[in-house]
Amino acid sequence: MKPYLALFRARCRVLLQYRAAAVAGFGTQLLFGLVKMMVLEAFYTHARVEAPLTLAQAISYTWLAQAFFHLLPFSANPDPEVRDMIRTGHVAYEMTRPIDLHGLWWMRALASRTAPTLMRAVPMFLVAVPFLGLQAPASLPSALAFTVTILAAALLTSAFTTIITATLMWTVSGDGIARIMPSLVSVGAGLVVPLPLFPAWAQPILSALPFRGMADEPFRLYLGDLPPSAALPVLAKQLVWTAILVLIGRAIVASGRRRLVVQGG
Amino acid sequence: MPAIVVEDLRKAYRIAVRHKGAFAGLRSFLRPRWRTVDALAGVSFTLERGELVGYIGPNGAGKSTTVKLLSGILVPDGGRCEVLGHVPWKERVAYVRRIGVVFGQRTQLWWDLPARDSFDLLRDIYRVPPADYRRALDELVTTLDLAPLLDVPVRQLSLGQRMRCDLAAALVHAPDILFLDEPTIGLDAVSKLAVRRFIRRVNQERGLTVILTTHDMDDIESLCSRVLVLANGRLLSDGPLEALRAKVTHERWLIVDLADSAAELADPAAEVIRREGDRVTLRFDPAAVSTAELVGRVSARYPVRDLYVQNPPIEEIIARIYGDRGDEAGP
Repeated sequence: MKPYLALFRARCRVLLQYRAAAVAGFGTQLLFGLVKMMVLEAFYTHARVEAPLTLAQAISYTWLAQAFFHLLPFSANPDPEVRDMIRTGHVAYEMTRPIDLHGLWWMRALASRTAPTLMRAVPMFLVAVPFLGLQAPASLPSALAFTVTILAAALLTSAFTTIITATLMWTVSGDGIARIMPSLVSVGAGLVVPLPLFPAWAQPILSALPFRGMADEPFRLYLGDLPPSAALPVLAKQLVWTAILVLIGRAIVASGRRRLVVQGG
Repeated sequence: MPAIVVEDLRKAYRIAVRHKGAFAGLRSFLRPRWRTVDALAGVSFTLERGELVGYIGPNGAGKSTTVKLLSGILVPDGGRCEVLGHVPWKERVAYVRRIGVVFGQRTQLWWDLPARDSFDLLRDIYRVPPADYRRALDELVTTLDLAPLLDVPVRQLSLGQRMRCDLAAALVHAPDILFLDEPTIGLDAVSKLAVRRFIRRVNQERGLTVILTTHDMDDIESLCSRVLVLANGRLLSDGPLEALRAKVTHERWLIVDLADSAAELADPAAEVIRREGDRVTLRFDPAAVSTAELVGRVSARYPVRDLYVQNPPIEEIIARIYGDRGDEAGP
């Protein structure tokens, strides 16, 4: 584990240097959060049926989504550095290391998801809890359930983005898949509209996909919409999906390696 | 047991070919056509432990491909290859622990972090015991004079400084073989000398086996006892530098500095190949005219200030080998 931990730490150290990006990201998330909050309020004012979440919960859900926005690959490319490495052939060095290539990229992805999220989520909580209607966790067990499952969500999300990264071994520019997937993921995870507000027929589909565990379920554990006792099944589902995505990613990397061409001599 | 055994190694690349004529772009998009290029068309050689071998050839000859196959990055299309008893691309993780690689055109250091952090990271990646690591790093810092560079972010280092750090990074885990792919590319004269001195030192003192690809013939001349010449994916020559010289040409050059710049110089047994001010370069075949005889004749007939005999520079020899094969890099 030591090499992977060291990689994770080093990568976080690099990412924590990008403070300006964090400030800009925080500002954007704040703005979009305000817009979403107003939209929700308008919907709730005119809703004729009982919504599955109260307005206060929906608003809290929205701020959580804004705080953890960077946990999901929303940008055009989950790890532009790996793309550049593959484009320019720097990936050659990665392959001369005595570590597993998929493991290496997974750790990079994990760092890329967690370090910037930390820099954005902490200020978001500091602003949104006192001023913008983000509730405190429903209870201490809810807070604990949220903490554990959001960490598992980071593992799950990074296992998923590693798959996107691995497809770069086929398409040199790789922006195609990398652009489509994040939009699907953002919707499927609940970052755009809180998943409980989707119609009933959509719920089984959303539950069958791996994305729900990336944001929606941890958020609802926080809000108490899911009881703390639901934490274990949520966690189990997250870990099973992580395992499946890792296996797929490993298979892609293994077959990509056979056809690898190092660009640029 | 030899350090490296390569037998009939082959690797081909597929290159997209554009259609010609009407709607070429559209047709290329709908039905891409491919052409196969043999980067390596059957290369064989054996290296003993502790050898320092130069691997040269024109651009596109397959040098880097060979290094990438030997370092486990690429998977070949055919042939056999065993390095330190491993098949590089099959047992990659176990194998790469024992090799160090430097690609001169890229860096293995983390761009935004000081070199020291990259070294620490490599220590963890290679699981080097702390005591060994400290000893290795101390030695590298001394021999490569890295002390002032360690805490500067790598992006702020000059190319020469970065290359010294890159060399150190390739050696912190004490590998048995070092692959150097154009380590002196783009460096100034002083940095080149430092890099060469270091390569010679690790080869002689640690018995490190080194494969060095380069376009800089001074690298070869100052470092390598054995040279492999590659062109179009095939080995043209394998042997000591002197044998390579002898194989291509026996000629020597006589360089004469004339006291009178207006004097014309000619000799029936030699050919004037260059004239720069007072300096005249003559080419002759020592089998046809002995060096002593030619030197005697020239200094008797002309106002000579200084003269000396040398072998043709290695560039000329290489250019001639490539040229003989009708290659792109002909003289």
